[in-house]
Formats: sequence, C-alpha cells, structure tokens
Amino acid sequence: MKRKLLLAFAFALAATASMAQTLRIGLAEDPDVLDPSLARSFVGRIVFASLCDKLVDIDEKLNVVPQLATSWQWSADNKQLTMKLRPGVTFHDGEKFDAAAVKFNIERHKTIAGSNRRGELLPVTSVDVVDPLTVRFNLSAPFSPLLTVLADRAGMMVSPKAARENPNFGAHPVCSGPFKFAERIAQDKITLERYPNYWNKDAIHFDKVIYQPIVDATVRLANLKSGQLDLIERVAPSDFAGIKREGKLGTSKITELGYQGITINTGKSDEAKKNPLGRDPRVREAFELSLDRQGIVQVAMDGEADPGNQWVAPTNAYYAKNVPMPKRDVARAKALLKDAGVTNPSFTLMTPTTSDAQRIAQVVQAMAKEAGFDVKIQSTEFATSLNLADKGQFDAYILAWSGRADPDGNLFSFYGCKQPLNYSGECRANWDELLARSRTTLDPKERIKIFATMAADFEKERPIIYLFHRHWLYAYNKKLTGLRAVPDGLIRVQGLKM
Amino acid sequence: VSSYLVKRLAAILPTVFFVTVIVFSLQQLLPGDAATILAGEDQDPQVIAYLREKMHLNEPLPVRYGYWIAGVAHGDLGESLRIQEPVTDLILQKLPVTLELAAIAMLIALVIGIPAGIVSAVGKDTAWDYAANVIALWGLSTPNFWLGILMIMLFSVQLGWLPASGYVSPFEDLRGNLAAMIMPAFVLGNAIAAVLMRHTRSAMLQVLSADYVRTARAKGVKEGRVVLKHALRNALTPIITLGALEFGTLLSGAVLTEQVFSIPGFGKLIVDAVFNRDYSVVQGVVLFTSSVYIVLNLLADLAYFLVNPRLRG
Repeated sequence: MKRKLLLAFAFALAATASMAQTLRIGLAEDPDVLDPSLARSFVGRIVFASLCDKLVDIDEKLNVVPQLATSWQWSADNKQLTMKLRPGVTFHDGEKFDAAAVKFNIERHKTIAGSNRRGELLPVTSVDVVDPLTVRFNLSAPFSPLLTVLADRAGMMVSPKAARENPNFGAHPVCSGPFKFAERIAQDKITLERYPNYWNKDAIHFDKVIYQPIVDATVRLANLKSGQLDLIERVAPSDFAGIKREGKLGTSKITELGYQGITINTGKSDEAKKNPLGRDPRVREAFELSLDRQGIVQVAMDGEADPGNQWVAPTNAYYAKNVPMPKRDVARAKALLKDAGVTNPSFTLMTPTTSDAQRIAQVVQAMAKEAGFDVKIQSTEFATSLNLADKGQFDAYILAWSGRADPDGNLFSFYGCKQPLNYSGECRANWDELLARSRTTLDPKERIKIFATMAADFEKERPIIYLFHRHWLYAYNKKLTGLRAVPDGLIRVQGLKM
Repeated sequence: VSSYLVKRLAAILPTVFFVTVIVFSLQQLLPGDAATILAGEDQDPQVIAYLREKMHLNEPLPVRYGYWIAGVAHGDLGESLRIQEPVTDLILQKLPVTLELAAIAMLIALVIGIPAGIVSAVGKDTAWDYAANVIALWGLSTPNFWLGILMIMLFSVQLGWLPASGYVSPFEDLRGNLAAMIMPAFVLGNAIAAVLMRHTRSAMLQVLSADYVRTARAKGVKEGRVVLKHALRNALTPIITLGALEFGTLLSGAVLTEQVFSIPGFGKLIVDAVFNRDYSVVQGVVLFTSSVYIVLNLLADLAYFLVNPRLRG
C-alpha cells in the first residue's frame, strides 16, 4: 500500500513536470510590495523584470538599451532629455502606453506617499508630453545617472487607470511587461501569466512564470535538483563548485554591481573619536593593510566574489585605476600603528547575523589580529544594526550594498554630507562638490577623471573599506536556454526557453 | 457543573485583554526601528518619516495601543506595510495551511506516541520499553530543521518521491497536498510523539499500579481490557491536556518546520514579519495564536468533564 502511495506521488510529480510551459523560479526572499513606486527590495526587482517594462534597460556590459523608449536625446545644456516611445504598447488592462502615461508615472513616482523613487528622480522637475509618442524630462541641473535610474524601478510604467482606481495597487499591479499579475500568496508564490499583447511577444516562450521564495539555499537547491523548480538565484557559494562538478544542472554567474565592505564610524557620533580606528586615518590604513582580500573571498565566499577596493568592481569602466588594490602588508600595518602610537588598538565590528557576514567578520578578526588589532565581533540582527549605525553607536560595521548601474548609486548616499547612508559620518565640502560634479557631467571620460580624484581623496580618510564584489550565482535545469547574466542580478525572461 | 464552567469562561476576557497588552508591548520592545527596516536599503528620510507616521510611531505607547485595540475590536487587524495586504486576509490565507500541518502532525504524534507509551508501560523494563525510550529520546533531541533537511535530501533529491518543499492546496490537488505535507508533518509530529509517549508511559505506569486495576485483574478481566479500558481511560486525562497544549505549540511552533519546507503558514508569516518589523502582522498573528491557545485550553478543560466523572458532580 505504502509503495503504491509513493508511486502515486511520483506520478503526480511527473505530471506536474510535463507542463513545460511554466517557468518556476526559486527566489532567496519573499518580495515586498509589487508597486514600482513603493518597492524597496532587490528580490522584488527580479519579479518586476517579468511584470513591468521600463523605459530603458541595461545590458550585460551596462549599456543603456531601448525598452519602452526607442531612442533618446539630451538637449545642448544637458538639462532636458527627450525620449521617443515605442508605438503599439498596451498595459495589461488594455490601456494605451503613451507620453501621457509616462508623465503620469514619473509624477506618481515623485509624489505618492512613501515613494522610494522620489530621491532617485529629484533633479526631474517636470515632464512634458511633446506628442503622444514623445516625452521630455526637464531637469533642474544635468543629471548623468538619469538613464540608468530609468533602467530601474523609476523607469517602470504602470497603467495610470489601474493606479488611479486601486488604492492597493501593489497587491494587484498592472504594468506592460511580458507577463501579467495573476496571483500572489504571500511567502508562497507569485504567479504571472503571459500577456498575449506584449510588444515583444516573440521573445517569450512560457505561458506562466511562478516565483517561489525559498529562503534556505540548501532547500532552494534541493527543489531545483528534484525538478520542482527550473531556475534558482543566489546559489550558496559553497554549493556552486559542487553543482558545476556534478554537471547535471546549468550554472551561470556574474559579478554584482554592489559591494561588501566595512564602514567605519569616523564622525557619525562622539563615539568615533573615542576609538583609535575612528580617530586616526593611519589606524584605518593599518587595518586595511592587515587584510588579505583574496583570502577573505576564498574563506568567506568559497572564491565566488571579486576582491575590490572601490565602490565598483575592478572590471567596471569607472574603476579608478590610480588607486589600485593594496596588497596585504602586516609589517607596514604594524609600523603605521606604531606611528599612530597605538600598538594594540581594539574595536567592535558590528556584524549582521547572516552567515556570509559572520564568516567575513571572523576572517577579518583573525587577519587583523596579526597586525595587533583586537577586533570584537558584535553579531547584531539586521534591523537593529541599521538603527545602531544610524545613531552612530558602532565602531565598524559590515555592510553590503546591492549596487546600482551608475556608480553614483554606490557613492552619493554614502559619501554625501548628511546623506541617509552616510554611516561613517564623514562630511566634507570638497567631497560634496565632487559628487555634485560627477552628477552634472555627462561625458564618461570626464566622469572617470572625477571618480579618480574621489578615489584618491577617499583613500586618505578610508571611511569605508571595500572588501569584494559578490558573484550572482544561478543554477538551472539544463533544458533551459537563453539565460542572460546581467550585473544587476535580475532574471530577464525575454529569450528564455525550455 | 455550571459554576466551574462559568468561572472558566469568565477568565477568558481578562486573559485575552492581558494577552493584547503583552503582545503589543513586547513587540515594541524589539530593538530597531520598524520604519527604518521597512524603508528598505535606500533609507530615504522622507519614506522613513511617512512610515513612522503611518505606524503612529511618533505617538506615545498607550496611544498606539489604543489605535490598534480599537481596530482589533472592529475586527480590523491592520495592513501589512511590507506587502500592502490586510492582516486578516493574511491570517485567513495562512491559517488553514498551518492547521492542516498541525492536524496531520498531531495525528502522526498520536498514532506513534500513545501506542508506544502503552507498550513501554505495559512492558516496563523489557526490550520494548527500552526501544521505545530510545526512539523517544531521539525524537526529542533531533533538531527539526536538521531532520527536515535530511528528509528532503533523501526523499526529494535522492529518491525523488516527494516534493522538496512548497505547498499545494488540497482543493486544487489532494495528492499533491499530501505529498507536500507528509515530510513537514512528520518532522513536526516526531517531537510531539516523543513527549506524548513519555507522558503516556508515566501516566499508564501510575494507573497500572492502582488498586482498582489490581481488583480488575483479580476479577479475571482480560489483560487487554484492563489496559485499554480500565487503565488507559484514566491515564488519558493528563494526556488530553498535554495534547491540547502541544497542539497550541504546534500552531505557533511550526516556525522552523515551515521555514525549512517553505510552507506558507503561520510560522513563516510571523518569522518574516518579525525580521521585517511588520508590526501589524506580528501583533495580529500573535494575538490570533494566543487566542487559539486559550480556547484550546478551555476545550481541554471541557474534555476533562467527559472523561472525569468526579468533575461533573
């Protein structure tokens, strides 16, 4: 009887597997609200990639490429961006996508209560409808990150009608992407169905996409191995080599846009001055020199990250080559400490409770010890750690940032005076000036020069010691083809095929 | 009869009130600012200000409690700020899932625990007793998440018999539902089975040495009848209480199991809500779970009535 029952289960499973028109993706977390204006999680962006088209997108090389906008042009003074829109596009409720819809969406992003896009679109003062398929962004000042901002949630277009009529829009989003919202069972699954009138429907080869949040990386992988899922994101680095070796599943990886680093309280509160690490740049330099980034990556991330010493990875076009990654130098670290008059400095390293952060903290602790540092690890639950960081109640803080396509997104809020993510508390007029200049300069070559100046300047103070840039790791059913690894870590369903 | 029942019923309201106060204040004691964590990684000050206002975080604690309890009195538990869904909807969505999981787990626990307890009491100090004790000790001391992951490795990845995780509604696909539920229910029921076994054993041992059992045996009543009718019935009273309490534990304690098997039930709902400081969800779920707990205790008291004639007098 038992065997029969089990066989029945097996058949039931086989039956599910044969419905190959559904793409099942395992996510590492449950997304937050599915409203592009309010959304704030990385994982939500993965779902949006199927649900909501953006004005523009980025490709593997971080070039801005057309999506709902087909072409664009800056005015001579760089204070106006004019975009031509794709004709014949409709929202999932049948409403037309046009310049008026773009105007509505940008205004909604800027004004809806609780909007997370307001800050990203701050320099946009107004949007003009030039004609039904042409729209013009008016800016208070030139703003070089605008296009990449529009390649993310701020460029996502929702149906104006649905947004006006439904106060709980985030629970029933209506966009213009390849798939439309069907159902969400919180923490269980988000089901999207193919939108038959999608403008690029030839690139879509599934009838349904189901996103399933499975927090535990081992269980997520088990689901993929047992055929319950077709594709999973954020494979545990410790599993990745094994999966490749076994060869039963496809794998893909790419270096993230974000970084993992240690923020040091150099001026956020009085506590900064009580600690030699916060007080003296020489101590911070010694701390950096005590670390072997490659070693940290090997031990903490099983090699699945690129060591780095800046806010962008060394492979990024905006990496400042004038500030190369320092090699570990314990002798020099000790000499610097001696210089600073503190041979055995002690500080607390606040560490979120994730296993990655814990491992990093332990390796850092061991390495820094060799130079004479006494690092005390303070494991702190994430919400609490954010609060302590904001109040300046910490010496050093292990913090990851998911990254943005334009370097500005990794910089401005961290180094700008009084900016929300400036946990180090470092506040300098010339840094603000450099940050502002990098925003108003559109020429990439000029911007590289500005970033080089910044890198050299930041290196004198070291409010943030960057460690590495993680790899986005994917594993998938070998029958799946067409997966593109883009540094933003999102899964683009266009071109995916089983 | 009535005075006992009235007393029990009258105690419910103050208990529930006390629970609401505790639930609310404990929640506020959590370190970290709800608005900060809900604001996501950008930490836009305007978003934080908006969330603080929406959650009344700038008001004093009693005022906040007032807002919440007024809503609760009207059956409105608020809205999840993280995903914009009403808490009541979330509870109604998750409740059947966890109830089903808990019911199957309890069934497994009863089917394993009580017979094992009887066998080990009747065969005290025999090989049966030792075997049952060893198994019970194993059940008690095996961490849920570990057993869960091992089972997934064996039954899903190696053998491919059962889905590794997830949930299917029984109305959509009964077989799929059972296939998804059997492993988590076993993992969850396993520990309870051990507790039930230990309690059944000691209750049975006590009853089996009682005078009336000796009398029954002396009268020539068959051993099976002595054990199952005379002894077990009396031994059941404490086991029922325990069962009811453990059922409450199952409801709220499915946390780890649901996390491991990605079952979208209460446990997962509350863990995610705590980490995301989604206050209204945490408050709603804890209030609900504790109310269930209170009601189950009441039901257990009522069940005494049925098995213990002395209380009826």
